[in-house]
Amino acid sequence: MAADASGGRRRFLAALLVLGLGVLIAAPPLLPKYFLDVLISVLFTAYLGASWNILGGYAGQFSFGHAAFFGIGAYTSTLLLLQLGLTPWLGMLAGGGLAAVFGLLAGYLSFRYGLKGPYFSLVTLAFAEMLRVVAVNTKAVGSSLGLVVPSAQSAPGMFIFAGKLPYYYVILAMALAAMALTLAIQRARLGYALAAVRENEDAAEAAGVDALGTKLRAMAISSFLTALGGTFYAQYFAYIDPAITFGPGVSIQGLLPAIVGGAGTVLGPFLGAFVLTPVSELTRAALRGRAGADVMLYGLVLMLVISFLPNGLMGLIGAKRAGRGRASS
Amino acid sequence: MTLLEVDGLVKRFGGLQAVGGLDLRVDAGEIVGLIGPNGAGKTTVFHLIAGFHAPTSGAIRFKGASIVGLKPHAICRRGLARTFQIVQPFAGLSTLDNVMVGAFNRVADVAAARGRAIEIIELVGLGGKRDVPARTLTLADRKRLEMARGLATGPELLLLDEVMSGLNPTEIDEIVALIRRVHATGVSLLIIEHVMQAIMALSHRLVVLHHGEKLAEGRPAEVARDRRVIEAYLGEEVSS
Repeated sequence: MAADASGGRRRFLAALLVLGLGVLIAAPPLLPKYFLDVLISVLFTAYLGASWNILGGYAGQFSFGHAAFFGIGAYTSTLLLLQLGLTPWLGMLAGGGLAAVFGLLAGYLSFRYGLKGPYFSLVTLAFAEMLRVVAVNTKAVGSSLGLVVPSAQSAPGMFIFAGKLPYYYVILAMALAAMALTLAIQRARLGYALAAVRENEDAAEAAGVDALGTKLRAMAISSFLTALGGTFYAQYFAYIDPAITFGPGVSIQGLLPAIVGGAGTVLGPFLGAFVLTPVSELTRAALRGRAGADVMLYGLVLMLVISFLPNGLMGLIGAKRAGRGRASS
Repeated sequence: MTLLEVDGLVKRFGGLQAVGGLDLRVDAGEIVGLIGPNGAGKTTVFHLIAGFHAPTSGAIRFKGASIVGLKPHAICRRGLARTFQIVQPFAGLSTLDNVMVGAFNRVADVAAARGRAIEIIELVGLGGKRDVPARTLTLADRKRLEMARGLATGPELLLLDEVMSGLNPTEIDEIVALIRRVHATGVSLLIIEHVMQAIMALSHRLVVLHHGEKLAEGRPAEVARDRRVIEAYLGEEVSS
């Protein structure tokens, strides 16, 4: 009886997802420019959230410094484009690789010395800030003035498009790919190892799970994906600087949708992004002219969500959190 | 064949000597009981053997090879698993997922791990609670889960740390029967236990630990008559 009801709900949810996907693919060409902007922002936030979620949600390692990987991605592909004329389509892979190496290094140093919880968060924040300061003080990467990405002429082969629509489909594809990868990880052996490490590291080790190796794997995947988001940002906005790409704002943009939507779930970051981004847009529009007021209201919304929905929106709609739902959601 | 050999094992925490030169052996097919008063260092010995603490000095060999310095997961992969005295389930995961984590030690494939886990869950008698989150299990069931997760890793030697403490007599009988079933599948056991009747009945051999040192060793009946053991547990007799 109960199984029937949950099966019915699952079918309903699946139908809703397919419908939503159809709308996401078909509707944008008909949308006014402003809404397309917001939708790109939503998917970009969802993508960053999904990337963060692998490490923060599944492995339970709460990074506060994913901007480090984001910035490495943005700067690597942009510098390769400007200096060597390499297309960002390839540059983003180089950036992802570099970010993964940096992530493994930072992760090894942190995990090797047993940094957990808030201590790990602070160290990741410090790594990102360190890179920001380095970028600000390095002439070769444009110092605090940043870098301008060429964007005058449409060149799809160089990840440069006329108009926003193509960027929309790129970030949609990236977001869906991140979601598919998350689902695959969750269902694989790695997903079980991640959940075990998140729940109890000692017990995980006792059950034969290499806790350090598992966390490093999550770190590498998460940082690689985040770096690709950095390249997307550079190409879409055609401008990067240290404050934007290495700043805490980007780190927060990754962790918030995951936490608000439901950390350690496949759909959480997407749900979170679809709620948070419009809320942020609306508060900004409603409180225009009062500098900072929108951020305060936004902060208030977040505090309420985190206080009353510790498992995020996914907890609210009854999809059981990471725990038992991990192999099914 | 000797499975586990511990020679001159010493562990000091700062100035406190928790284990002082312990020798211990477990042969294949054996059930060895490790008993002693509270604070005797029994759990520390388990931590040392399973790789959770590094010994100050001494040798630990499993199947002839030293395992000192290996991480717990590496020791587990060699076929030496443990349970925790204070049960440590993956609270948010289902019983099945908990045991599957252990099963991945022997099989890489998800379906195979699930099959193996289901078998072991049946063996320990948690079949009806396969899909409930571990945090909702009773203490007795959590102890079974600890054993199931350990067994799923495919150990040749399983260290059980007080799997009977806090259980009622009926539950203790069930666990004793379960341990016999596990032993019958070919797993050797080293068991820490305070429930004397149970450990006397189960063990082929008893090792008594007192202040981190071996006080006595032998067949349960011999050890139970040993004057030093009685004194360690009950205090010295007041001489007249």
